[in-house]
Amino acid sequence: MSGFQDLLQFVFAGVTSGAIYALIALGFCVVHNTIGIVNFAQVDFVSLGGMFLFTGLYWSGLPMALALPGAVAGVTLVGIVVERLGVRPSRSQNHLVLIFLTIGISIILRGIMKLVWGKNRMAVPPLAGEEPLRIAGAAILPQAVAILIITAIAIGLLVIFFRGTRLGLCMRAVASNQTAASVVGIPVGRVKAASFALAGGLGGLAGVLVTPITTLSYDVGVMLGLKGFAAAILGGFGSFPGAVLGGVMLGLLESLSAGYWSSAYKDVAAFVVLLLVLFVRPKGLLGK
Amino acid sequence: MMTARDNLLYFLYLHRTGLTVLALSVLLLVWPLLESNPYNLGLSNLIAIYAIVVLGLNLFIGYAGQISLGHAAFFAIGAYGSAIGTTTLGGPAWPVMIVVALAVSLVALALGLPALKLSGHYLAMATLGFNIVVYSILVQWDKVTGGPSGFSGIPYLSIGSVVFDNEIAFHYLVWTVAMIALLLCLNLVRSGVGRGLAALAEDETAAAALGVDTRRAKVKVFILSAVLASVAGSLFAHCYAFVSPDSFNIFVSVDFVIMVVVGGMGSIWGTLFGTALITLLPEWIEALESYKDIIHGLILVLILLFLPQGLVTGIVDAVRTRIALSRHHA
Repeated sequence: MSGFQDLLQFVFAGVTSGAIYALIALGFCVVHNTIGIVNFAQVDFVSLGGMFLFTGLYWSGLPMALALPGAVAGVTLVGIVVERLGVRPSRSQNHLVLIFLTIGISIILRGIMKLVWGKNRMAVPPLAGEEPLRIAGAAILPQAVAILIITAIAIGLLVIFFRGTRLGLCMRAVASNQTAASVVGIPVGRVKAASFALAGGLGGLAGVLVTPITTLSYDVGVMLGLKGFAAAILGGFGSFPGAVLGGVMLGLLESLSAGYWSSAYKDVAAFVVLLLVLFVRPKGLLGK
Repeated sequence: MMTARDNLLYFLYLHRTGLTVLALSVLLLVWPLLESNPYNLGLSNLIAIYAIVVLGLNLFIGYAGQISLGHAAFFAIGAYGSAIGTTTLGGPAWPVMIVVALAVSLVALALGLPALKLSGHYLAMATLGFNIVVYSILVQWDKVTGGPSGFSGIPYLSIGSVVFDNEIAFHYLVWTVAMIALLLCLNLVRSGVGRGLAALAEDETAAAALGVDTRRAKVKVFILSAVLASVAGSLFAHCYAFVSPDSFNIFVSVDFVIMVVVGGMGSIWGTLFGTALITLLPEWIEALESYKDIIHGLILVLILLFLPQGLVTGIVDAVRTRIALSRHHA
């Protein structure tokens, strides 16, 4: 029986971190679909989410119910600023140039965070209590439950957004054919800015959800963000169901290899499997 | 009718590459006489070591048009390979360096064959993932690598009775290797292989249509760049007698890419400039310690926004345009 409990425990842990990776991966996909690049600043959107939540709670004394949406909205705004000041002025169409540009922006954002919040590690309180719940013998933190529920709601809202709203449909039009979209009168520039806003919101949400578990620092988003990128690639870059599948698979892979093999080598296991999958399916699991 | 002055100018123009190499070699030969501060010599030696890596990386990024965010991993295998081979296993330094470089070429082949089928973003992930895997192993496998605290006691290199154990000796050693790498790259880009690569960067389909075996060309240049990084890593280990994982994380790979971009993607001379600038930058802006990252990022962003072909090529192009315009108006 305890073997089953262990497994359940690892699966819970894997799905929880998988949900976070999925949110980040969706942010990568949104920008990729409209602009065609990897936006490495996505990793800092995650850290920024945590930073804004910390600031809202402790510097402004807001209650959690206000600080959390405030933090997500703040990162959404940062996403728009990044697109406006960093990506849009580029005259180059070369993807290599644009991708390296986002790396530069990411370095600047990290520098600013280091300046404003310092290099120390900080703690953010969880949404719900700290007393673990017991489900079928496995212990699960209330924060993990919150992560799963909020991620599920966010994905549901995304589906409605992309299928039912004007802006969402515009984004899909730009993703499928930018020239055709601009011919029928879709403001491509504004859609690109909106995609950065959405990426910021998703990254920020991942940040506010995960930092109570990980502790907060200016570079906490780097490893999480790169795992999110890996999840997006694993699922097939640009595919939304792929991003969710990739995230959950990567999370499970990590927690199972940490549980049954070695926690020190969990990153190695995750990335080696990622490389192997790519070599067999060069376009990811659900890529076209 | 050409005057003597025209003849001289034509001679200079015709042999501009060779003459620049010659001038640089002479400068490097007398540099330790002009600069005796070991700290500054140490910096210029570090530039040489990084330049060897970045020259190869620029062939891959600038000429073959591919993304690698994992060259610090090959640099790491070179460094730790030499460290473990000479210290733990007690092998002779030079043969170990060659064996490690050969091993790295096999690793690059094994990684490159499947990975270079991948395009753009997938390749960026694959190389990034490879770097994270190598870095994690360096940190975690502490019985062999010394773990996070590093690996010390690596012997100095020597040729006969000459031991390379001080900054001046290092200077001649690392810059000799860097100049060989530079000559190799300068010649390679003008050969058929190099022109094929340039075509590949411009348009892969068109290059394939013109008969360039694009996959083979990409794998070859990937292996060459990995071997250069490995040799640079070996030199790094022997010069400092100490290596630790922090010199080989993904941020180092990103720095290598920044050096390529600042100097100009596809510009061999620009590589030297970009490497020197990015290596020296932290020294110059030390007073602004807390703004270091912001300045670093701003330089990269501003160059990419306004001179996406890199500082050297960008400025040369701007000057040429100026001259052409002024001639036109005259």
